[in-house]
Amino acid sequence: MVALNQLVLVCLAYVVFLFGVAFLAERAALRGRGGALLRSPIVYTLSLSIYCTAWTFYGAVGYAARSGLEYLTIYLGPSLVMIGWWWGLRRLVRIGRSQRVTSIADLISSRYGKSNVLAIAVTLMAVIGVTPYIALQLQSVVLSLSIFAAPEMGANQSESGFSAAKAAFWVAAGLAVFTVLFGTRNLNVNERHHGVVIAVAVEAVVKLVALLAVGIFVVWGLAGGMGQTLERIDAAEIGAWDVQGSRWVALTMLSAAAFLCLPRMFQVMVVENDDERHLQIASWAFPAYLMLMSLFVVPIAVVGLDILPAGSNPDLFVLSLPLSQNQNGLAMLSFLGGFSSATSMVIVATLALSTMVSNHIVMPVWLAVRQGGATQSGDVRSVVIRARRLSILFIISLGFFYYRASGGSGALAAIGTISFGGVAQFLPALMGGIFWRGATRLGALCGLGTGFALWFFTMLLPSFGVDAALSKEVFEQGLMGLSWLRPHALFGIEGLDPTVHAVVWSLALNTLVFLFVSIFTFPDPIERLQGAQFVNVLEHGAPTRGWTASVAGSEDLMIMSQRILGASEAQAFFRAEAKAQGLAGHLPEPTPTFVQGLERELAASVGAATAHAMVSQIVGGTSVSVQDLLAVADESAQMLEYSSQLELKSRELSETAAQLRAANEKLTQLSLQKDAFLSQISHELRTPMTSIRSFSEILRDAGAMEEADKTRYASIIHSETIRLTRLLDDLLDLSVLENGQVSLHLGQEPLYSVLDRALTTSLAGAERAMQVEITPGAENVVLNTDLDRLVQVFINLISNAQKYCHADIPKLIITPQITERGLSIDFVDNGEGIATDEHAVIFEKFYRVTGAQGDGAGLGLAICQEIMARLGGQIAYLKGRSGAAFRVSLPNAALDNSPRAKATVAS
Amino acid sequence: MPDGPLFLERQSYRQRRLMDAVRLLPVLGLMLWMVPLAWPLAQSGGEGAQDPVPMSVALKYLFGVWGALVLTSWLLWRRTATVAAPADPADPHASD
Repeated sequence: MVALNQLVLVCLAYVVFLFGVAFLAERAALRGRGGALLRSPIVYTLSLSIYCTAWTFYGAVGYAARSGLEYLTIYLGPSLVMIGWWWGLRRLVRIGRSQRVTSIADLISSRYGKSNVLAIAVTLMAVIGVTPYIALQLQSVVLSLSIFAAPEMGANQSESGFSAAKAAFWVAAGLAVFTVLFGTRNLNVNERHHGVVIAVAVEAVVKLVALLAVGIFVVWGLAGGMGQTLERIDAAEIGAWDVQGSRWVALTMLSAAAFLCLPRMFQVMVVENDDERHLQIASWAFPAYLMLMSLFVVPIAVVGLDILPAGSNPDLFVLSLPLSQNQNGLAMLSFLGGFSSATSMVIVATLALSTMVSNHIVMPVWLAVRQGGATQSGDVRSVVIRARRLSILFIISLGFFYYRASGGSGALAAIGTISFGGVAQFLPALMGGIFWRGATRLGALCGLGTGFALWFFTMLLPSFGVDAALSKEVFEQGLMGLSWLRPHALFGIEGLDPTVHAVVWSLALNTLVFLFVSIFTFPDPIERLQGAQFVNVLEHGAPTRGWTASVAGSEDLMIMSQRILGASEAQAFFRAEAKAQGLAGHLPEPTPTFVQGLERELAASVGAATAHAMVSQIVGGTSVSVQDLLAVADESAQMLEYSSQLELKSRELSETAAQLRAANEKLTQLSLQKDAFLSQISHELRTPMTSIRSFSEILRDAGAMEEADKTRYASIIHSETIRLTRLLDDLLDLSVLENGQVSLHLGQEPLYSVLDRALTTSLAGAERAMQVEITPGAENVVLNTDLDRLVQVFINLISNAQKYCHADIPKLIITPQITERGLSIDFVDNGEGIATDEHAVIFEKFYRVTGAQGDGAGLGLAICQEIMARLGGQIAYLKGRSGAAFRVSLPNAALDNSPRAKATVAS
Repeated sequence: MPDGPLFLERQSYRQRRLMDAVRLLPVLGLMLWMVPLAWPLAQSGGEGAQDPVPMSVALKYLFGVWGALVLTSWLLWRRTATVAAPADPADPHASD
């Protein structure tokens, strides 16, 4: 028999050995040596074995002795997850590495927009869910110790002076010391703990070897070989398949979910992962490990049930079987295996939980309390480490008190399942977060809350027993007398196995609420960016969200990061960055890329949400969250619109000013024209008036006068009066035309008839004959315009030709032509034409061609121009002809295009 | 995959199918391990009920499947270790 003292001594020696291994590993990692071993896939796979806790080591045999092969479900689920690494784990590990995730709470909070609320919720749930599990480890170590303490198996422990409470306390204290020493040595590099990982790997080997040794001893030493063992198994009480289908499925699923969600599994699988290729190797190596661990469970259980006295605790068959055969060495090895399983689990679980507690609860509170922010004096590093140490003590003591409170009762397997149920509630938020971009923070919070509340009510509280946490009435009548709120028959559905009932309801409603709320809420911009990064992590690693750190001094950032990363690490990081930016000094430019990299670096130490908060304190208001960016975009859009409006207005103004200037110029010109006109007109009126006055004075004053003279003078007065009248008529006509008061009297007539009228009028009584020739072609065109006015224009042109054509045989050629735009009529004579410099002014009022005789007032062409404008056509002087040449154009509208008119033309 | 070539060389084709096998292996494992759901239970005894499956058979079956899965997984790893390590653009879940 092994004495208790001897056992404790071996235990201590083993712990010292572990300390040594962990210490050497830490030192090797610090010096950058031993990388091949520290980072080998074997160590990674073995570290995953913290899944196999004392629950596996002792509890699996007990489980098998009680319920047959059902215990296998706990290992089948994780095996499936590992074999299916391609689907989920690969993505999870990639996200963990690219986002520098420190824990499962960090991952979930980071995915849902770095929400601290979510991080706190997940942390609290994890602590509540894992505490029973830690208590379970303490319980198993104490139980195994008690076996050695009591020489008679299962005897009363108090007789030998062994106190379970004291033992539990010392075990808890020892674990706390180990965890504090190796778990909080460094605060960097992705929360990797090489010492702890190596220690865990060593323990994994110890527990596997121990269990295999016991198994081999039982099968070949006690049962007499494989064949006989199998016969014995079939003959045993549990010798037939007897597992409820619902439990088989539900527990497999539950263990698979818990494998992904347990904080300690997340720690070793994702956070401590050095190389993604290790995952691929672990995908077959870890299922093999699990298979070996569970291979001898049934033989041990069956042989234990056979050999050991009835009433022995089946949870301890692994120990009591070798002891009963006086195999003390084997029993010792077996004890060490169980001890290893328990300690490694407690250490890693506590480490993971303490990281979560300090990063997501202590640090945010500390930052909030210290209003000055991260740039103030004081070493954040020491605060973080102190917070973490306190968290470790807190969590282990929580486990200890749970153990004391639950009285160390209950089968190990049951407690384990409860713990699994609690952490499995993270699954919908976790999987939804990495596969579905539509998952929102509110959805995750509501789903987690629902699932966790249901688990609490249907699994955790009932586990304390009837009338412990929940009264008998609640079990039978339901909460507050509502029969659909019975913890084992929610919504009135009875007859389900309690575990299946709790797992199915909590996970189903959790998922449902998560999906439902996610669909009907809208994520904020950071959430959407993070979601896109998480879901598309396999496509590219490029981060998108950024800081504009123009205001953030590199020095401030340096001061802060020194206090979190440590002075030399921070300086090295900054120097490397500065070098990468091509700068000579120690301080890089605070580019967004740099600040983001720094935030990631800090996140590796204190978690994403805290790092984000710290950096944003320094970068201050310029921390560009996407909301800010959107606000800026909004503002600049408004400003753009405003300035474009201004531009429009100013353009309008300058256009108006130009118009005003033009109008002013025109007015000035008009005023000048008016002055010229007035002086012209007074001159024109004055000349005939002068002659009228002088001749009428002669007639009045000269007494005797020749009759012939009298007649001559009177006729001069008469002709001058006529000239005056004509001038006034012309003026009146012009003014009417110019004011646009003229009304047109439309009429239809062929062109030749109009020309005839004009020729008759103008050539009648001419002093000398002028030859007029009308070129045939378009003279049959029917006009639809004010014919009298047109005749007036023609008369003017013909009489002008008559007056000013000084050829020996004056000749006028009139050529009407149909053009695209209408009708043009050229009047060309064979005279000298008009001098080039006068072309521009002949249409002005009162202008008379130089050297012209005759009585014209110079208004004729001006009137013609006005008339043609009224008729919609124009009159122009044709340059480059031998004589004076005018062209009168009429638009299409002035031609009669009716069928009747066409018929006339045709005839 | 509109970007890539429509048909692959024999070697790449083989690699892709091996990756398909890696993806499908957990499904196969799940199906095989859920076979016990069809086994008769010991309690459902009574006249005419089938004999329950003996424990040794159940053990051999479940651990046999386990061993086969580990072995297949190992063989697949040997053949695909170089392919699977970098991100596979052909991942059907990569984009939303």
